[in-house]
This record gives sequence, C-alpha cells and structure tokens, in this order.
Amino acid sequence: MKCIRFWGTRGSLPIALTAGAVRNKVIAALRGASGRSFASESEIEAYVDTLGMAVAGTYGGHSPCVEIETGGDEYVLCDLGTGVRPFAQRAIKRHGAASPQTYHIFMSHVHWDHIMGFPFFTPAYIKGNRIRIYGAHAVLEEAFRRQQAAPSFPVDFSALSASIEFIHLEPGQSHGVAGLDVSLMLQEHSGDSYGYRFSSEGKTVIYTTDSEHKLTDVAETKRFVEFFRGADLVIFDAMYSLTDSISIRADWGHSSNIVGVELCHMAGVRHLCLFHHEPVSSDETIAKLLVETQRYEEISRKENPLLVTAAYDGMEIRL
Amino acid sequence: MDCSIRRLADVVVAGPAGQIDHPNAQRLQQALAPLVDGAAAAKTPLVLDFSGVEYISSMGLRVLMVAAKQMRSQGARIAVAALQPVVEEIFDIARFRYVLEVFPSVRAALKEMSAPALAAYDAVAQ
Repeated sequence: MKCIRFWGTRGSLPIALTAGAVRNKVIAALRGASGRSFASESEIEAYVDTLGMAVAGTYGGHSPCVEIETGGDEYVLCDLGTGVRPFAQRAIKRHGAASPQTYHIFMSHVHWDHIMGFPFFTPAYIKGNRIRIYGAHAVLEEAFRRQQAAPSFPVDFSALSASIEFIHLEPGQSHGVAGLDVSLMLQEHSGDSYGYRFSSEGKTVIYTTDSEHKLTDVAETKRFVEFFRGADLVIFDAMYSLTDSISIRADWGHSSNIVGVELCHMAGVRHLCLFHHEPVSSDETIAKLLVETQRYEEISRKENPLLVTAAYDGMEIRL
Repeated sequence: MDCSIRRLADVVVAGPAGQIDHPNAQRLQQALAPLVDGAAAAKTPLVLDFSGVEYISSMGLRVLMVAAKQMRSQGARIAVAALQPVVEEIFDIARFRYVLEVFPSVRAALKEMSAPALAAYDAVAQ
C-alpha cells in the first residue's frame, strides 16, 4: 500500500458549504491579513497556509468513499458514498473512458450514505470495466439493485454496462484481493457493519466506520484491540462526542473521538484519522474536535505517541 | 482505587482518588453503587469530590453517566466538585458538563445543594 486518499468523509448525509460560510472564511482571512503586504504569490500562499482548515479550507461534504492506492493497476475503494463521483471523474480523466479498468470495492455496510454514490459512478455505465463489490451482508446485491429501481432512480441497475460482481466475504477469514491481505470483523451498528483490516508490504490500515465501540464488554474490546493491533493507520468513526454516544445517541451505532484514542492506544496504533464527520458540524467544529482529540491523546498517553488527524475530502495519507 | 465517604447532614460526599482508567472504572462503579442507591431512594444529594482524581477514561465517565441517570430518575441531585485541571479538560473534551453539575469546590456544591450540609462542612473545616 502506498497511499490512502479520502474522497468522502462526511457521515449520514452529504453536505455543502453555504454562501454564508464561504463569506465568513473570506472575512476571517482578510481580517488576518490586515496590515500585511504580500510581495509575491508564494507569500500569499505562505500566509494562507497559516490559516488552518476552518478558514482556508473545508473538511468537505461527500459521504464515505476512501481509496487505497496499492501501487498496482487495479483500483481499491472502501464504500460508495457520494465521494465516489469525483473519484470516478479523476479515474476517467486519467485513463480515458475507453480504457477498461478494474475496481475492487469493500463495503462496510449498505446504509444509504455508503451506497448513494454508485448510481453516479460513471465506470459502471461503461462496457469493459470490471467492478467487484465485496461485503459480508446477505443483502449486499439487493441493496444496490433496489436503490436504482423505479421510482427512486431513472436508470435501472440491469442497464449498467460494466461487468459487476458481488463477492461475499467471510468475517474472520483472510482474503487476498489486488495484492492486499484483507480480513473483516463484525461491528455494532443497526443492520450490522464490518470493519476491514488491509495489509501489504509491511503496512496495515484499518477502515472502521459506522461502529459503536462501547468498551463495556472486556472480551469485545480485546477483540477490536487485536484487530487494530500495530496498525499504521486507523480510519475511525468519531461522529459523536463521548457524552452524546453514551446518552441521547447511545445505540445509534457510532463512536467518539475519545474512544478512538483509547482503542488506538491499547492497540499500539501509529495514526488515528477521525472520520465519518457529523453532517451538522461546521469546519470550525471539526477543527476544534481535532485539537481536543490531540490533547486527549497527550493526556491519556502511556506509551508511544499516536498521531491524530481529521479526514477531509481530498486528503492523502502516504504510508 | 480508593474512595472516601463522608456524610454531611443529608448529603453524602464521595471522594474517589487516583486514576479512573478502564480497570479502575469498575471499582468506582462498585464503590458508588450503594451510595447512589441510598441517595436516589432517599432523594438526597450526592457530591463527588474529585480533588484526588488525576485522570478519568471513557469508562469512568460512563460510570458517572449511569449514576447521574439513576439519581435524576428519582429526582435526586448529583454533582461533581473540585476537578483537577486535567480532569476538567477531559470533561470539556467529552462534553460532560451537560451530564453533571460541576462545582469549583465541595463547599460550593454544598452551598447550592443543602444548607445543613454546608453548615456541617464549615463546622468541620473550623
């Protein structure tokens, strides 16, 4: 594995920046520049780079889609949220529409936000492309067919021209796909979800979204710690605050930043990436969450430091 | 993990100490259970003196959440007092101030909750 590329990082529902939010960012940037002068483009860029994501960027609004760049010719993705549309645009621009490609896609589960990008996944409409969708849900294929059935969508699944296969994966077993060693694990979420462990060339990445980690069952916690053990990167559902996740949103199937840090510390993980952001969270809110999570990591650290980042649409993590 | 217990008039003041990490959270739960049962049944306040607590994990906060729910369901008050700065930070990061009343000191909590308990506290302090 060479790189992880985030195409969609928002949970539950895609969102977009409003005109008011963009205006506030511009005002904040201009306020910060007051009294400064910039002699060149590079000085402007250097200034912008000091502003942080809340002012100079955005965490984005596409629903979950994460690319694993293996270094091979075939594409590997996790989930098919709306982030898959810009992913496909890039892939087609790179190869041209007439050049057949293979796409391996691992599904955490089939809730709406994780499949809603597929009807807009252009490679599915192009003959010659090969799309292999992996998962452990018995309803995997049905979920994809149903979302494109009338009256929900104008193009039925049967009209897609690519070769599309659904492959059942067995949790607890190791599977070899596109040069990756892949295993998966059942997680607590309405209708079940599965976390994935991808390993190759001495690197390990965990993709664990839509999973409620309560840590109340010692055996269950140990199971996840072993699944995460020694990972270079854990992409973790940190949608709620700890308080929300154990009170008004208990049993809603999501976790918190605090539990993410604790599990990663227990498992000796190197890098925790907060993922599946709450759709109502502004860029300021996520930026603050990140700073707080980094601080909690410092407070609770007993051994090696854990790098903490927050995923954003377009983010790349080199492994 | 030690947990001192003081009764001041109608208020019980429990003082856990040390690190409330995952292994110690269960001990905190065991220490608090009879106090919460008694205070909830009698509808009398329970104050947690956190001046000796150096760290609290998510499991420790979950124990406090369960205690707060039980107390509230019986119409009884529960508060935490005298947080060390690091624990105060954890409360803020976890958004835990929405769960429990937080006071800067045990005296401030008693002043809010019970005049007889405050008098008893001041008498001991003198």
